[in-house]
Amino acid sequence: MSGVAAQDWVAICATDAIEPGMAGTVPVEGADEIAIFHTIGGEFYALVNKCPHKQGPLSQGIVHGDSVSCPLHNWKISLKNGAALGEDKGCTPTIPLKIENDRIWLDRASINALQAA
Amino acid sequence: MNAQTGFDVSAGQLAKERLVVIGNGMAGCRAVEEILTLHPDRFAITIFGAEPRVNYNRIMLSPVLAGDKTFEDIVINSAEWYEESGITLVSGDPVVHIDRTAGQVVSRGGRVESYDKLLLATGSDPFVIPVAGKDLPGVVTFRDLDDVEAMLSAAQTSKNAVVIGGGLLGLEAAHGLSLRGMNVTVLHLMPCLMERQLDEAAGFLLKSELESRGMTILTGADTAEITEKDGKVGSVKLKDGTEIPTDLVVMAVGIRPSTGLAMSADLKVERGIVVDDHMITSDPSILAVGECVQHRGACYGLVAPLWDMCRSLAAGLGDAPKGYEGSVTSTKLKVSGIDVFSAGDFSGGEECEDIVMRDASRGVYKRVVVRGDKIIGAVLYGDTADGNWYFDLLRSGEDISDIREALIFGQAFASGGAQLDPKAAVAALSDEAEICGCNGVSKSQVIKCIAADANSLDAVRATCKASASCGSCTDLVESLLAITLGDQVETAVKTMCKCTSFGHDDVRRLILEKELKAIPQIMQELHWSTPDGCSACRPALNYYLLCAWPGEYVDDQKSRFVNERLHANIQKDGTYSVVPRMWGGITNPRELRAIADVTEKYNARMVKVTGGQRLDIFGIQKEDLPAVWADLNAAGMVSGHAYGKSLRTVKTCVGSEWCRFGTQDSTGLGVKLERMSWGSWMPHKFKMAVSGCPRNCAEATIKDFGVICVDSGYELHIGGNGGIKLRGTDLLTRVETEEEALEHCAAFVQLYREDAWYLERTAPWLERKGLDWIKSQLYDDPETVPALAARFQFSQQFMQDDPWAQRASGDRADLHGHVGKITAGPPAGAALELEPAE
Repeated sequence: MSGVAAQDWVAICATDAIEPGMAGTVPVEGADEIAIFHTIGGEFYALVNKCPHKQGPLSQGIVHGDSVSCPLHNWKISLKNGAALGEDKGCTPTIPLKIENDRIWLDRASINALQAA
Repeated sequence: MNAQTGFDVSAGQLAKERLVVIGNGMAGCRAVEEILTLHPDRFAITIFGAEPRVNYNRIMLSPVLAGDKTFEDIVINSAEWYEESGITLVSGDPVVHIDRTAGQVVSRGGRVESYDKLLLATGSDPFVIPVAGKDLPGVVTFRDLDDVEAMLSAAQTSKNAVVIGGGLLGLEAAHGLSLRGMNVTVLHLMPCLMERQLDEAAGFLLKSELESRGMTILTGADTAEITEKDGKVGSVKLKDGTEIPTDLVVMAVGIRPSTGLAMSADLKVERGIVVDDHMITSDPSILAVGECVQHRGACYGLVAPLWDMCRSLAAGLGDAPKGYEGSVTSTKLKVSGIDVFSAGDFSGGEECEDIVMRDASRGVYKRVVVRGDKIIGAVLYGDTADGNWYFDLLRSGEDISDIREALIFGQAFASGGAQLDPKAAVAALSDEAEICGCNGVSKSQVIKCIAADANSLDAVRATCKASASCGSCTDLVESLLAITLGDQVETAVKTMCKCTSFGHDDVRRLILEKELKAIPQIMQELHWSTPDGCSACRPALNYYLLCAWPGEYVDDQKSRFVNERLHANIQKDGTYSVVPRMWGGITNPRELRAIADVTEKYNARMVKVTGGQRLDIFGIQKEDLPAVWADLNAAGMVSGHAYGKSLRTVKTCVGSEWCRFGTQDSTGLGVKLERMSWGSWMPHKFKMAVSGCPRNCAEATIKDFGVICVDSGYELHIGGNGGIKLRGTDLLTRVETEEEALEHCAAFVQLYREDAWYLERTAPWLERKGLDWIKSQLYDDPETVPALAARFQFSQQFMQDDPWAQRASGDRADLHGHVGKITAGPPAGAALELEPAE
């Protein structure tokens, strides 16, 4: 149990390592790969790199607005909360993320939870 | 309603009548939809469902079992629908008691709900034959999604299945299980399969077809018992002593109206819950619809009557009721590749006459039963195109004496050949004719929906649901759109996507007129409604810009589909396949060695010969792609663009160099065509072929551009397609020399590049524009062909740069690597080690 300790952050890479409209991948030992998205509007989001439909690599999809279209069957996934949009049902886990000193940081507790799952 | 002032809003809420619906299936939900349409604000609605999910199209369970559809595909009413319609859905908690005196229902979980109107839509229960062993694990029915899931999991772990019942449902179950790899035996009590829908001749054809697909069909098979082995199903024993070992038994012998709840509430029940023409039961405040009811002595187990019932029910709640008068039903079997249609009565009899046509070589059997001057039944096997027409004549009771002689040959013939045009055939259907069997939509309803502004197929699907399920009536709906809207449907702008009100042609024209040279600029100038487009318009715009401004526009990687971004084909497991170019399908030991080496070095799981005469290496990781390409480049090979909306292959035969029939050097011309056009981005993939003689071994007449060599020169064919919709090419022209063949090819490709919509293959493009238009564009002015060919050559100088070589030399390494890596395990408090990639 992590109790009420202050949130712990893990530095991943510089913000300019991922160009707007693209995604970078972060393999995680003992858990699914994480995809970090940089939207054309300049926002960053981190999701497990797996479509809820058939586990397609979302990082390879086309990013538009605050969503990404999965490269396998074109499901549209919200980058904000990982939910499938439109008629489709399903959800991809998201990982809290912050930008500080031009670096991208991920929430350590969420990564721990992914690894423990 | 009087318009009282100071009327309290909450009082308005309270004034709503309470409608409780028992049954969240197709009938219950459709009835609610009809009620909401006719009486939008009258009821506060609660629906109880026994299954823990939203309403889905039960008749589409067969395609789910067969793997043609997923559950998501067959959902009719999503959770949002319930929410938006203000309906309370109580799923997974069935009603167990109706208290008519108190006007209340009680659920299994103890939920009590009061009603002003109660609607029973409890459907039917599968009939389980009362034999020993019927309750063993491994014995299932075929009624809901849980049954389908049970069958699918059985198909994964075991081999043999027995389906008891050779009716519609049983055969669809057998077909699905067979496709899932099981050895299926169908046991049918009667001598003929689907005896309620088919006569003996059609039943025989169906049996032979299913047997040729590997199923075992036993007719006259009377089940005696189901035996046990290791605590589950072991075999099925028949009364004649036959024993069939099996791991799964599917009981699909029929259904019974589910009437238990109605009976315990003392409603009048015979075979089903007895209702009048407005679907009212013996208690005026209780209604019933669907498979649970008995109307004028008849119970129905098909979907079409249910739609009629729901309409009558909703109408009956108002003041101008039109009662339900019973249904004549028709049946289609949902087994892919087997077309069976039946309607009405074909049991024959004294005054009945049969008109029969058989075509053994096509496997067609048609029988129309006539009494007096009217059709009373029809059975069609193998060719069911006229099913709707016969069914329509049957229902309308039309006098067919004038067309009797030609009746059996179908509508086109019977109407004197004047209706070979499918649009005319659809126009001739009556208003009540059923267009969409899955969703019970008649011709008049589709037309009404088109008249109310649904001017595209998508819009029709979204509103009245016609062709929204299995899609087999799409042609009919498109014909209705064309008939109803006439020119409007042709000229109505099909917008590129939901981000814009412009169609493809407008966007292409405006890019040139306004000299738009970047995607954000187009979106700004043309008032895109989204900030940065969507996955449909971004790749299209990227292509349009590449085509309009060759050498000037810089390809936008983030608007490329993954395959074109990584120059390989993504596979279902997230690995990639790699296809090196083999010019004209010719290879050599050095290339083959390099492919073999790459396959071993990068643990590719499979190498396959493709349909386009080259080799496809499967199972490469994204990170390994640049190294794979470096190795292939070293052996002289470049990208085959097997992943792109671009030139794919040029298939050739060996031609005059080897073949005793060859008239020209087809291989040589194929290589020249490929050298000329490789690397060019197109609206869609583009395939070519060159055959050395009219025997056409390279199958040039199903390619986008095909050459057939003849003694006098070269026939150039265009617009063929061997994909989803087979289309043979049209002859464009004949030329005498190779140089001309190359020039005309370049001109045709460039015309296609400059005119077609993104993701439009040459075949639909040609059909949309017409062969005459293409010929006139190319040949009206003798200057055009050289001019187009020159534009193509100009563009090609910027395109023929092997993308693999660029990547192998380190270009865009970011697309292939990771931005970071998290290595440590999860123990609480453990430090996480990080290895930044750069």
